[in-house]
Amino acid sequence: MSRKVHSSRTEGVDKNVWVEFTQLAADYKAVNLGQGFPDFSPPEFIREAFCDALKGGPAMHQYTRAFVSKTIPRGCVCLPISMVLYLSLVAIFFFVQGHPPLVKILAKFFGRIVGHEIDPLEDILVTVGAYQALFCAFQALIDEEDEVIIVEPFFDCYQPMVVMAGGKPVYIPLRPREGRAVLSSGDWVLSPEELASKVTPRTKAIVINTPNNPLGKVYKLEELQMIADLCIKHDLLCFSDEVYEWLTYDGAKHVKIASLPGMRERTITVGSAGKSFSATGWKVGWAIGSRDVIKHLKIIHQNSIYHCATAAQEAVARGFEREYEVFGAPDSYFQQLPAMLHNKRQKLATCLQSVGLNPIMPEGGYFMIADISSVKVDLNDESNKVESRDFRFVKWLIKEKGLATIPVSAFYSPEHGKEFDKYIRFCFVKEDSTLKAAEDILKKWSQRE
Amino acid sequence: MNFAWHLLNGSKLSRRSASSACRRSFTSQRVMMSRHTNAKRIAGLDKNVWVAFTSVAADPSIVNLGQGYPDIPPPSYVKEALAKAASVDRMNQYTRGFGHPSLVKALSQVYGKVCGRQIDPFKDILVTVGGYGSLFSTMQALVEEGDEVIIIEPFFDCYVPMVRMAGGQPVLIPLRPKPGKIPTSSTDWYLDPDELSRKFNSRTKAIIINTPNNPIGKVFTKDELQVIADLCIKHDTLCFSDEVYEWLVYKGHQHVKIATLPGMWDRTITIGSAGKTFSVTGWKLGWSIGPEHLMKHLQTVMQNSLYTCPTPLQEAVAQGFLLNYEMMGRPECYFSALAEELEGKRDRLAAILQEAGMTPVVPEGGYFMLVDVTPLGQDLSLMAEDEAYDYKFVKWMIKEKKLAAIPVTAFVGEDSTKHFEKYIRLCFIKQDSTLEAAGNILKNWRRV
Repeated sequence: MSRKVHSSRTEGVDKNVWVEFTQLAADYKAVNLGQGFPDFSPPEFIREAFCDALKGGPAMHQYTRAFVSKTIPRGCVCLPISMVLYLSLVAIFFFVQGHPPLVKILAKFFGRIVGHEIDPLEDILVTVGAYQALFCAFQALIDEEDEVIIVEPFFDCYQPMVVMAGGKPVYIPLRPREGRAVLSSGDWVLSPEELASKVTPRTKAIVINTPNNPLGKVYKLEELQMIADLCIKHDLLCFSDEVYEWLTYDGAKHVKIASLPGMRERTITVGSAGKSFSATGWKVGWAIGSRDVIKHLKIIHQNSIYHCATAAQEAVARGFEREYEVFGAPDSYFQQLPAMLHNKRQKLATCLQSVGLNPIMPEGGYFMIADISSVKVDLNDESNKVESRDFRFVKWLIKEKGLATIPVSAFYSPEHGKEFDKYIRFCFVKEDSTLKAAEDILKKWSQRE
Repeated sequence: MNFAWHLLNGSKLSRRSASSACRRSFTSQRVMMSRHTNAKRIAGLDKNVWVAFTSVAADPSIVNLGQGYPDIPPPSYVKEALAKAASVDRMNQYTRGFGHPSLVKALSQVYGKVCGRQIDPFKDILVTVGGYGSLFSTMQALVEEGDEVIIIEPFFDCYVPMVRMAGGQPVLIPLRPKPGKIPTSSTDWYLDPDELSRKFNSRTKAIIINTPNNPIGKVFTKDELQVIADLCIKHDTLCFSDEVYEWLVYKGHQHVKIATLPGMWDRTITIGSAGKTFSVTGWKLGWSIGPEHLMKHLQTVMQNSLYTCPTPLQEAVAQGFLLNYEMMGRPECYFSALAEELEGKRDRLAAILQEAGMTPVVPEGGYFMLVDVTPLGQDLSLMAEDEAYDYKFVKWMIKEKKLAAIPVTAFVGEDSTKHFEKYIRLCFIKQDSTLEAAGNILKNWRRV
């Protein structure tokens, strides 16, 4: 074909760090502490739930039923009285919600946590992973020229999603606190003045991620309050990516910004079954928010993929039903998983310290970043002067040492990337044997130096 | 699913004067959350009204030949493959974004054989969330403001909103019944080549075809596809070919892939569906196949929208394909066996409808059948709504006869309504007992 065929929205968003580095890790058969997924199995109860779902009769393998709601929709569809009366006899207006048992238990589960009722039919959208929930949010609510504030370091998809929706990302970095040793993700903070300076009349939304990927920061109540104040003052939306919500360590508490006064009507909270149940390959996620905002996400969803896989939703529903009963008790997977990861986190940190890499201890999440400034190696890549130091180092580490990580400047905007290209990211949600293999590689390397 | 006509021509419903209560509440909402407005791309796409059509999904007393999904079980080996896949640790974690390696390799084998060409599993294939997800990735990747996209009526209803959401302009052209006869088969519907040719212009980006077609069941012949191909080549346009029902083609007919016609591979995206292939619509897996220079843009959309599809489901579909690849062309192959089973159901339903005095349009492929209900002479004048006949008929039939179907004008634009409003669509991928129950209702139609 002689003419340009691709749409403009695909321009500038075609590069992807995962595609590149996952391929490299596979090619070199590296010990993979790169991509964020567990290499251990999901808990038995959730695997059983999936098997049970598969045996659950033919309906489990067909489109899930749209939930039927006998309400006239609010908003833009206005009907003549005669039509309304007729419709009330047989009427339904439906929006494809998600598998009914799943939305019901999610509403119950999270309603209890936030302390107010969540309507399963109106306030929840089930998506193909949290990734798709974010996609729906950006597509539904961000228009040409809208600005979206993104806190750095950020999960890398936020930027291309804003751009694909025609919006403009505006970045603000978390910065290590000055004047003291920076040992924990808690030492990285937002400057309220700097944040306030980023708001313009075009600002539509702010994206936060807590616990944060890659840093592991768990925002404190005061920090979220500061962000909330700004949202309310300037009438902004807040997209809160909380996929790692159960994974907090050393007594750090996960706080939902949607539960702060004035935030419920303007916040979309995104969650993930993959991260909650260590089953990232199931790709089940959700967006929860007020109906007036969620309804727009549903329109995107209905016009893009329409349904999510039934059996996976059924299994996740059963998983949450079980967790609802044991919430807070030692039996709960949401207690056991962070306890298990707490130890792994410690092991990895100790190992990195012992070889002269300086880890920033994460308060939450799957990841730990380490400062590689003290490492002196000949990267042997004279031809590559374009890429930043951390990218080059990570490639070298994969090829020469067989250990895969992710360069942290991938989580920064081009304008701030240079300040932070001395960090690499490790995932510690791995079997002990994987962590041991990584430890062996690092020890061997440091002994040779 | 949407009222196609509303999307194309502005909502008929909202043209009526709004009740003042409605207007008041809308205004106050606007004041309260003035900034929380939706993006323009979804304007006009919110009207998702299927009055009375999906309430039946929850009502077991209604015989449901409406919605298009099987109530027959999928083959046991695919269910077993899924259970087996889920028991492998690695299968519960993320796989390759553009498609699980074993699945894309299996697809490249199967379709390589069908198309008679080498298909690169990593560059020429994208796995998506259903055929629907493939349509979405295709539109987002390749359609934008200023583009026209030709859509053949009747069409699977998502095509229009997807084109609109991508900023494109849908241009409709109807299939027409051959003059001088009452249509009794999907072969009696054709596309007028001159009429089609006039729809192409310099703004035309693509044409969407669906073969076998939903809802008519038409299977486009090679000659018909050649007419379309010639126009695509002449005007340098793309072709999006929705072939989700590709294996469901009945005796005497053959599914032809437009991508295999000369000059077409480089400009065609072909879409398939595991849900329709293996009777597992709830798995929501599909794929797009095409040349690398087009597919890379669909892959860009994928990596920025949902990134990857569920792993164990992809593994199970891969196993399903590998098993059937060996048997392709033989009666034991599921693709042939399912078609044979459905042909029987098709014929049974057609006979039932004929016995009831109606005129079915026997499809060459797919799992839907159109039927002309005017021979029943059903008086619907008491239903005062200003609505197409088929909508009134279906609503009435659900309420009075407890039998559900889908009105065919849901699949056409406003201008074509008068040509299609005497038809309703019935789905026959249903258990024999469901078809018999429908038969009983129809037999007793005249009884009050």
